[in-house]
Amino acid sequence: MTSRMDQPGVTHLGFDEGTIFERSVEGREGASLPALDVPDADPARTIPAALLRETSAGVEGLPEVSEVDVVRHFTRLSTWNYAIDLGFYPLGSCTMKYNPKVNEEAASLPGFAQIHPYLPEDLVQGALELMWHLERQLAEITGLSRVTLQPAAGAHGELTGVLMIRAYHEAQGRPRKKVLVPDSAHGTNPASSAMAGYEVVTIKSGPRGVVEPAAVAAAMDDEVAALMLTNPNTLGLFEEHILEIGEIVKARGGLLYLDGANTNALMGVAKPGDMGVDVMQMNLHKTFSTPHGGGGPGSGAVGVSARVEPYLPVPLVAKEGDRYRFDFDRPKSIGRMKAFYGNFLTLVRAYTYICSMGADGLTEASRTAILHANYLRARLRGTYELPYDRPCMHEVVFTDKLQKSRYDVTTLDIAKRLIDYGFHPPTVYFPLVVPGALMIEPTETESLSSLDGFVDAMKKIADEAANSPDTVRKAPHSTRLKRLNETRAAREPRLTALEPAG
Amino acid sequence: MKFPADLKYTKDHEWLRREGNVAVVGITDHAQDALGDVVFVELPQVGAAVKAKGTFGVVESVKAVSDLYAPVSGTVVEVNSSLPDNPETVNKDPYGQGWMIKVEMSDPKEVDGLMSAADYETFVKES
Amino acid sequence: MRYISTTEAERRAMLEAIGVASMDDLLAPVPKALRDGAAIRLPDAEPEPDLMRRLKAMAAKNADSDRTPSFLGAGVYPHFQPSVVPHLALRAEFLTSYTPYQPEVAQGTLQAIFEFQTMVAALFGMEIANASMYDGSTAAAEGVLMARRVTRRDRVLVARSLHPEYRAVIETYGQRIGLDVQTIPIGPTGAVEPARLALDDRVAAVVVGHPNFFGVVEPLGEIAEAAHGAGALLVTSTPEALALALLKGPGALGADIATGEGQCFGVPASYGGPHVGLFATRERFLRQMPGRLAGETVDATGKRGYVLTLATREQHIRREAATSNICTNSGLIAMIATVYLSALGRHGLARLARQNHARAEYAKARLREKGLGLPFSGPTFNEFVVETKRPADETVRRVLDEAGIVAGLPLSRFFPDMPKGLLVCVTEQHPKADIDRLVEALAR
Repeated sequence: MTSRMDQPGVTHLGFDEGTIFERSVEGREGASLPALDVPDADPARTIPAALLRETSAGVEGLPEVSEVDVVRHFTRLSTWNYAIDLGFYPLGSCTMKYNPKVNEEAASLPGFAQIHPYLPEDLVQGALELMWHLERQLAEITGLSRVTLQPAAGAHGELTGVLMIRAYHEAQGRPRKKVLVPDSAHGTNPASSAMAGYEVVTIKSGPRGVVEPAAVAAAMDDEVAALMLTNPNTLGLFEEHILEIGEIVKARGGLLYLDGANTNALMGVAKPGDMGVDVMQMNLHKTFSTPHGGGGPGSGAVGVSARVEPYLPVPLVAKEGDRYRFDFDRPKSIGRMKAFYGNFLTLVRAYTYICSMGADGLTEASRTAILHANYLRARLRGTYELPYDRPCMHEVVFTDKLQKSRYDVTTLDIAKRLIDYGFHPPTVYFPLVVPGALMIEPTETESLSSLDGFVDAMKKIADEAANSPDTVRKAPHSTRLKRLNETRAAREPRLTALEPAG
Repeated sequence: MKFPADLKYTKDHEWLRREGNVAVVGITDHAQDALGDVVFVELPQVGAAVKAKGTFGVVESVKAVSDLYAPVSGTVVEVNSSLPDNPETVNKDPYGQGWMIKVEMSDPKEVDGLMSAADYETFVKES
Repeated sequence: MRYISTTEAERRAMLEAIGVASMDDLLAPVPKALRDGAAIRLPDAEPEPDLMRRLKAMAAKNADSDRTPSFLGAGVYPHFQPSVVPHLALRAEFLTSYTPYQPEVAQGTLQAIFEFQTMVAALFGMEIANASMYDGSTAAAEGVLMARRVTRRDRVLVARSLHPEYRAVIETYGQRIGLDVQTIPIGPTGAVEPARLALDDRVAAVVVGHPNFFGVVEPLGEIAEAAHGAGALLVTSTPEALALALLKGPGALGADIATGEGQCFGVPASYGGPHVGLFATRERFLRQMPGRLAGETVDATGKRGYVLTLATREQHIRREAATSNICTNSGLIAMIATVYLSALGRHGLARLARQNHARAEYAKARLREKGLGLPFSGPTFNEFVVETKRPADETVRRVLDEAGIVAGLPLSRFFPDMPKGLLVCVTEQHPKADIDRLVEALAR
């Protein structure tokens, strides 16, 4: 183990920590089990030998470590992560806003964390009450009729939504064949449509970066089940023709799906229900501040208009007098999307957030997020190319065109150099319709000084691209590891620490 | 960027070298450059039928994936079996060691519909 | 608003820098008709002390397992969470980071995923495992879709003994793409009878629990042999993955795709979620696998590090041709499981599994002594079905009233033909005294 405090630019201890398996020492113990107060039972007496693991040597592949080893190992790993609690994390379309601590406090209450999903309903009235209220809050914020809390993530919500769209059309006589998806959409949109058995037809964005009604009209026919629109779209632009586009889709019997990944721009600003939306997923881990945990868990609640309501997954929570119960009696439902009722503790966090913010706070959040994105647009204009220079919503897209054409410095280089200045890079090379995109979503929870710090760093990087391009091209310089070799990882996949067989 | 004059080209960036009734097929220098480091190549079995403009395999880099389109119709008579284990050959020598399949052509006249090196070079520069 | 730092003066300064007079100018692209109706009709912000008081009161209406002993399992298992688990896994650096797109500032998450993949592969007896799925039910459904891709066949045979909600999810996922889901009956052991599988060349996969929903250990090796004989894959689903510290991993018994639920590894019951889906398979199916993968590599100076890899399978690159639409998975819960499995370790986990089995065997023996029937004769791990004297739902109600314990899950919730079946789970969280109380109460 060597510490590398001597290296300039190292901002925290750079321990070289091997895998937990390399800490393993035969005979070390980290477990503390209750004494066995019933007779021991030899598994070989009841379970056929062919099915039993050879356990005299324990579970092969797991480490032998003490509790101290475990604490050191995972604490050291944690120091290698960037996190929203450490600083500015402007990942476009990911809404990395502050995750309030009171949410965690609420989710750790034993009455929420330690309850089994098959407890009789009268023993979980508080849990049902919370879900009932959260459904109504989300319906009010989005202007939709009802909401399922069951989907576990945004993409899971999309699949739920498209399956409901299919069920709706089947009830009208036939499922139809196609789903229209703009070229600026997240990859989950076409993937979810394909999983529901639809052919995907791509709609090209117009010259202003938004979907043009004429393009939708040209693609629209009686085989189109739905248009999936992201609003604001992934360029951060409001789909300003959405009302007209909705009419075009509806005139041919199609439904309007709204990808709600970008709902952080909409609270108190515009209600999807008023846009004519039939189905919309909300990523509670984005707009509603639940932590993303290094890649989940999320929650992808789905709101629907009245005509799609019969197809919602089972169960929903119903209220009768002052009692709450699950409603499984929904004959047109698409069925279940996952076991139990959704990522409940994520729902607890989202409910806590919405109550903490209130109507006034949610509205202020969206308006501030929009203000911050436009401020970055104004401050970095001229330094980086802005493919669409007009008022944006909660995120703004720049490109590397100036730096690439003049100095051969790319978006990837700029992103990596930002790390040296203490910032997490933005989303890069997305949306695909903008070559070399740098997609920046500042969120409402950043202060003006952190936005200004980011602007200063971006301007310094632009200077470096001109004057010492290698500094940018070889970044990051301050991290424990330099750029990782992704080609090697893909050509010679090593996905576990287990020895290869044979 | 190389555009060997003795080859024929497609708009999907495959090249074809005619050896009698057999066509040797691979992807162009421009294609490997646009993909970046190739990490995976999936090729058909010998004996498989391919159709002009139909897919015959897949090539992947770290961040991109591309279908491979047959320039001509026919039967696959040989595949470059070293590619799956050495995908970097496609980057290093796209027109030589990086060839992908050999096709016994069912309609050799299809070759006449392909682009010449000069046409392909113009096509690449304009797109 | 305490989560927003921007002051009024700063707002004015920003508007000036942007060159607009007001927020309304920035919102001009939003049609006025939409803006006019956008007001949210909810109460204003609730102060933290008031909110916490209200949330505590709401939580107090729920019968948490600290106050009400429970023998419920059926997909969510009561196990002890060592203190180190939340203290490490919920560190802010893990909790408040995103998917590790930039590996240089996400090595903590990436290395932990690599360790998680290793542990899952080891438990399942497989060569590779992914970075996690949403939960056990969706992992099973994705396993079925993968088997369909690999075999290019459309029929799946699902054991009646598979968790009924997992089966329901398989049906939802498959219903619109022509998946033909057939049921495999169970025999008197409570398990599938391999000789009676309706296999032919249309069958993509046989899907069974390991152990199954009734707690019974299926004859996996024979089922695998039968499935492979017809060119079908064996997909297994393990809702109680602790069982794999006592039983052979499904990979070692011939499964092709092994899925499961990792809630038992230190994750609170959480009223059903978030939990973590486990997904393991053979290396030859790597490119058909859904979900994220962390892989080992080196940095520019040759030092070992980790990245997300083989992303060309995924939706952000392959779009409609992706192996799945999954994006966000269950990273934090996978982190909890990784810390838990490290802390329990090679011998601790095996001892814990053996202890679970012993306590369940003790409960079974006591129930038999009291004359209660155990309808299935197959071997079990820590969960089993007992036949109650009166309908099981009535019995659960009576035992709750008389003894203050939740006796288990009445099978009639899913199987109307088993009105007296009660599914009981016994773990290290059930001292002898609690088991004796349950037995006495059920025997009355």
